[in-house]
Amino acid sequence: MNLLFIIFAPFFGALLPLLFKQASRPIKTGITLLVPLFCLVVLFQYVPATLAGEVPKQMVEWLPGVGLDFAVRLDGLSLLFVGLILGIGVLIIGYAHYYLSSNDDESRFYSCLLLFMSSMLGIVMADNILLMWVFWELTSISSFLLIGYWFHSSDARRGARMALATTGAGGLALLAGLLIIGHIAGGYQLDTVFAAAEQIKAHAYYVPALILVLLGAFTKSAQFPFQFWLPHAMAAPTPVSAYLHSATMVKAGIFLLARFHPVLAETELWFTLVTLTGLITMLVGAYFALLKHDLKGLLAFSTVSHLGLICMLLGIGTQAAVIAALFHIINHALFKAALFMTAGIIDHESGTRDMRKLQGLMSLMPITATLAMIVAASMAGIPPFNGFMSKELFLDQALQQHLFGGLSWFIPILATVGAMLSVAYSIRFIHDVFFNGDYKETPKKPHDPPRMMSAPVALLGFLCIAIGIAPMTMVSGLLDQAAAAVTGSPVEVKLSLWHGFNMPLLMSVVAVIGGILIYLARDQLFTFNRQFDGQDAKHNFERIVQKTSDAAANFYERLDTGSLQRYIAFVLISVIVVLLPSLSDLSVVTGGKPQLPVDMVSMVGAIILISAAFATATLHRNRFVMLMMLSVVGLVVSLAFAHFSAPDLAMTQLVVEVVSIILMILALFFMPQKTSRASSGHRVFRDIIIASFIGGIVATLNFAILTSPFESISDFFLANAKSGGGGTNVVNVILVDFRGFDTLGEITVLAIAAAGIHKLLNKLKPFMPSSDIDGRPWHRIRHPLMLTTVANILLPMAMVVAAYIFLRGHNLPGGGFIAGLIVASAMILQYIANGVDWMKERFSVNYQSLMSFGVLIAALTGLGSWLFGKPFLTSWFTYLDWPVVGKFEFATALLFDLGVFLTVVGATMMILSNFGKMTTRHRPTHEGH
Amino acid sequence: METLYSVTVGILTACSVFLILRGRSFPVVVGITMLSYAVNLFLFSTGRLTIDGAPIYGTQETYADPLPQALVLTAIVIGFAMTAYSIILAVRARGEIGTDEVNQQDNSTEGNR
Repeated sequence: MNLLFIIFAPFFGALLPLLFKQASRPIKTGITLLVPLFCLVVLFQYVPATLAGEVPKQMVEWLPGVGLDFAVRLDGLSLLFVGLILGIGVLIIGYAHYYLSSNDDESRFYSCLLLFMSSMLGIVMADNILLMWVFWELTSISSFLLIGYWFHSSDARRGARMALATTGAGGLALLAGLLIIGHIAGGYQLDTVFAAAEQIKAHAYYVPALILVLLGAFTKSAQFPFQFWLPHAMAAPTPVSAYLHSATMVKAGIFLLARFHPVLAETELWFTLVTLTGLITMLVGAYFALLKHDLKGLLAFSTVSHLGLICMLLGIGTQAAVIAALFHIINHALFKAALFMTAGIIDHESGTRDMRKLQGLMSLMPITATLAMIVAASMAGIPPFNGFMSKELFLDQALQQHLFGGLSWFIPILATVGAMLSVAYSIRFIHDVFFNGDYKETPKKPHDPPRMMSAPVALLGFLCIAIGIAPMTMVSGLLDQAAAAVTGSPVEVKLSLWHGFNMPLLMSVVAVIGGILIYLARDQLFTFNRQFDGQDAKHNFERIVQKTSDAAANFYERLDTGSLQRYIAFVLISVIVVLLPSLSDLSVVTGGKPQLPVDMVSMVGAIILISAAFATATLHRNRFVMLMMLSVVGLVVSLAFAHFSAPDLAMTQLVVEVVSIILMILALFFMPQKTSRASSGHRVFRDIIIASFIGGIVATLNFAILTSPFESISDFFLANAKSGGGGTNVVNVILVDFRGFDTLGEITVLAIAAAGIHKLLNKLKPFMPSSDIDGRPWHRIRHPLMLTTVANILLPMAMVVAAYIFLRGHNLPGGGFIAGLIVASAMILQYIANGVDWMKERFSVNYQSLMSFGVLIAALTGLGSWLFGKPFLTSWFTYLDWPVVGKFEFATALLFDLGVFLTVVGATMMILSNFGKMTTRHRPTHEGH
Repeated sequence: METLYSVTVGILTACSVFLILRGRSFPVVVGITMLSYAVNLFLFSTGRLTIDGAPIYGTQETYADPLPQALVLTAIVIGFAMTAYSIILAVRARGEIGTDEVNQQDNSTEGNR
C-alpha cells in the first residue's frame, strides 16, 4: 500500500460515477462510497505509525527543476484532517443519496465531490509547499463546480463565481508568499522550510511573505473582511454546504495557519494580525448569524464565527491554545456537518428553510428534533457535549494571554460576548424551528426522513456526546501528534469535562444566561438591524466586479483599436525608447577593428541599393513600380552577398528574388493596382520619424558589430569540414551536416507554410479584375509564342544546371536549396508561358507528395544513422571509383540534401501553381475577339 | 566600408519600416519582404565583411565566416515562405472582407467582438 493512493484514489475515482452513468442511483452511491472507504483502509495502515510519533512519507519526482515534487506526508496534523475529510465525506455521500432529487444528475455530483475530496486530501498531505498550492487551487476549482452544481439558478452561479474569484485571488497571493518562503529556505520540502524557520522570521521579506500567506488563508477561511463569499456559497446543495463548510474547504485556511505555525508564528505581527482578525470575524459572524432568517444562512455565519475562534486561538499560539484550536476543529466539523444535514432535512421535508415560516416541528419530526438539539447544544457549548470543552479551553486561553499589555482584559470580555451570541443563535435554530408555538402551514407537510438519511446526523451526534464524555480515549492520542506537528515539540494533551469552579466556567455560565437574554430580545435586534438592509455583500461584490470589468473593457477599447498601424507603431516606439539611450553615444559603440577601404563597386552598389529602397518606399502608391524597385533591391542584395565572399547566399537570393517577385505580381492581379492616398500628412510625418529612428538604431548596431573584433566558433567548421564532413564548401557542409537538424527544421517550416497557403487558397473567392488599371482588357494572346519557345528550350537546360549545382554543392557553391529553387523557377516559367492546363497534361506530379517526400527523405536519412548506433543525423561518406567518370565522393549528406531539394521544389511549386491556377480559372476569356 | 555597409542596412530598414506602417496590405507585405532583406544583410554581417574569401576549403589562407552564411541561407528561404504566406493572406483577406485596409473597419467591428 502506498500513501499516494489516498490522494489518487478519489482523483481517478472521480471518473467512476461518470463511467456508470447509466446505472441506478444506489449502485452509483455504492461505487462512490467505495472510494473513500478504500482510502480509509489505506489510512488505517499508517495510523499506528503516526500515532507513535513517526511521520510516514512518500515521494515521486514530478518537476525537480522547479523544486516541485509529488511528496506526501502523514504527520499528526495531516492525519487529523485526512480523518475528517474521509469520515465526513463518507457520511455526506450517504446523505446526498437521499437528498438529491430525481431530477439531479447524481453522477456529476459524486464526481465533483470526489475531485474535491482528492484536492483537500492533497492540501493536507502535501510535503512540498508548491504541491500544496497546486491542490489549493484545485479545491477552488472543484468547489466552484460544487457550489454551482445547480447551474440553472442564477444565485448558484453567482455564489460559485464569488467563491472562485475570492479564493482564487487569495490563492495567487498564497503562491507568491510560498515562493518567497521557499526562496529564503532554499527548497520547497516542508522539512527544509521548517528547518529554516528562524532564518525566515529574521529575513527582510518575512513581512510580505506573512501577509501574502495570510491573505490566502483568510480568503479561504472566510475571515474578516473576506467573509462575504461564504454565505453566498449556500446556494449550493446542502450536502455540499455540509461538506465544504464543516470539515473541508473553509478549514483549508485554518490548516494553512496550523501548517505554517512553526515557520511564521510567534512574532508580534503574526499575533496581532491573526488574533485580531479572528476576534473580529468571530464577533461579526456571530452577530449576523443571529439575524439570518434562513437556516443555512444562520449556519453559514456561525461557521464564519467559529472559524474566527479557531483562527484567534492559532494567533495566540501557545501550546494550550494550539491544542484548543485543533480540538475545536474536530468538534466544529462534527456538529456543523450534522447541523447542515439537519437544515437540509428540514428543507427537504417541509419545503422551506425560512425560520419565520417554520415552527412547532417537534411534534411532526421528533427524531430530527432530538438530534438537532444534541448538535446545537454542542455548538452552543453546553456540557456534556464536546463543544463545551473546546469552548472552555478557548475562554481559558482568552483569559491567560497577556499579549496586548494593559489592554489585554478586553479579549476575554469580547470572547464571552462571542460565546453569548453563539448560545443565542443555537437557541434560535432549535426554538424557532421545533417549538415557538404550534405547527404552521409549510409548502410540504413534514415528517421524519428515511432512517438512512438521519443516520449520518445520528452518528455525528453520538460522536459529539462520546467525545464530550470520554475525551481522553477518543481524541487525545490524535491531538498529541497533531499539536506536536503544529508546535514542533512533543505534546501531551490532558482533557476533561469538569475543570472545577473557575473563571472559564463562570464565563460559560454568563454566556448561556446572556445568550438566552439576547434570544428573548431578538425582535429589538431585528428592528435595529433593519436600517442596514440593502447592504448586501453580493451587490457590492457584483458592483466591484462590474466596475473592474468596465474599466478593463474601457482600457482595452483604447488599447485595442483594431488598427495594425497603431500596434506596429506602438511596438516600434517602445523599441526606440528602450534602445536609444544606450546607443546614443557613438564612441562607445565603435569597436577597435580597422575598417576595410571602400571600393568603387561597393560604392556604386550601395548607391543603387539606397536609391531603389527609397523608390520602393516613396513610389508605393503605384504598386507595379514598387515591385520593380523591390526587385532591384533584391538583386543588389544578392550582388552584395557575392561581393562579400558568400557565393551560396548570392545564388539563393537571386533565385528567391525571382520567385517572390513572380508571386507578388500574381498577387497584384487580385489586389488594387494603386493605393489611394489614405494617410494624412501628419501620419506620414510620424511614420518617417519612427522609420528614421529605427533605421538609425539598426545602422548603429550594425556598425558596432562590424567594427568590434571577434572570436568565432567557425574555425571548428573550417577545420573539420573536409576531414569530418567530406566536403570543401563549408557553408553547405554546415547546412547538411554540422547543423543538419536546423535545416531539417527549416524545410519543415517551409512545408508547413506551403500547406498553410494551400488551405488559405481553398474556396477563396478572390476579387477579380476584368481589365488592367487603365481599363484596357487583357490581351487576347494568352501565351506569346516567343516566350513559349524560349521557356521550352530553357527547361531542360535549367534541369541540367540544377543537377550540376546540386551535385557539386558539397564542394563548391550550390546545394539542395539553390538547385531546388532553380528547378522551381524554370517550371514556373513554363506555367507562365504555357498555362496551367498545358502543364497539367504533361506533368502530373502532385506537389504536396513531392514536398512531403522531401521532408521524409531528410528525416529518414537522419534516422538512418540510428541503425549504425550513431546519434540522429550523423553523416557518413566514402570515395567510390566509377569506371569512366573516375573517383568520386559519396556522402549520406547528399541524400539529406536531396530531401531539401525535393521539399524546396515541392513547396515553391505548390505555392505558385495553386495560386496561378486561380488566375487562370477566373480570368475572363477574350479568345475570339 | 563598414560605415557604408551599416548606413545602407539602416536606410533599407528605415524604408521597410515606413512601408510596414502603411495602411494597405500590399505595401505592408512589400515592406516585410524588404525588411527581411535588411535583416539578412544584418545577420550576414555578424561574420564581418571579407572580400575574396569564399569559405571553400583549400582555396586560400583566410576565409569568410561560414556560420552566418549558412544561417542566412536558410533565413532567405524561410523569408520567402513568410512573404508567400503573408501575400496570400492579404489576397484572402481582400477576397473575404472586400478591402485591403489593414485596420479593422468599423462596420465589421460589431460582428467580431
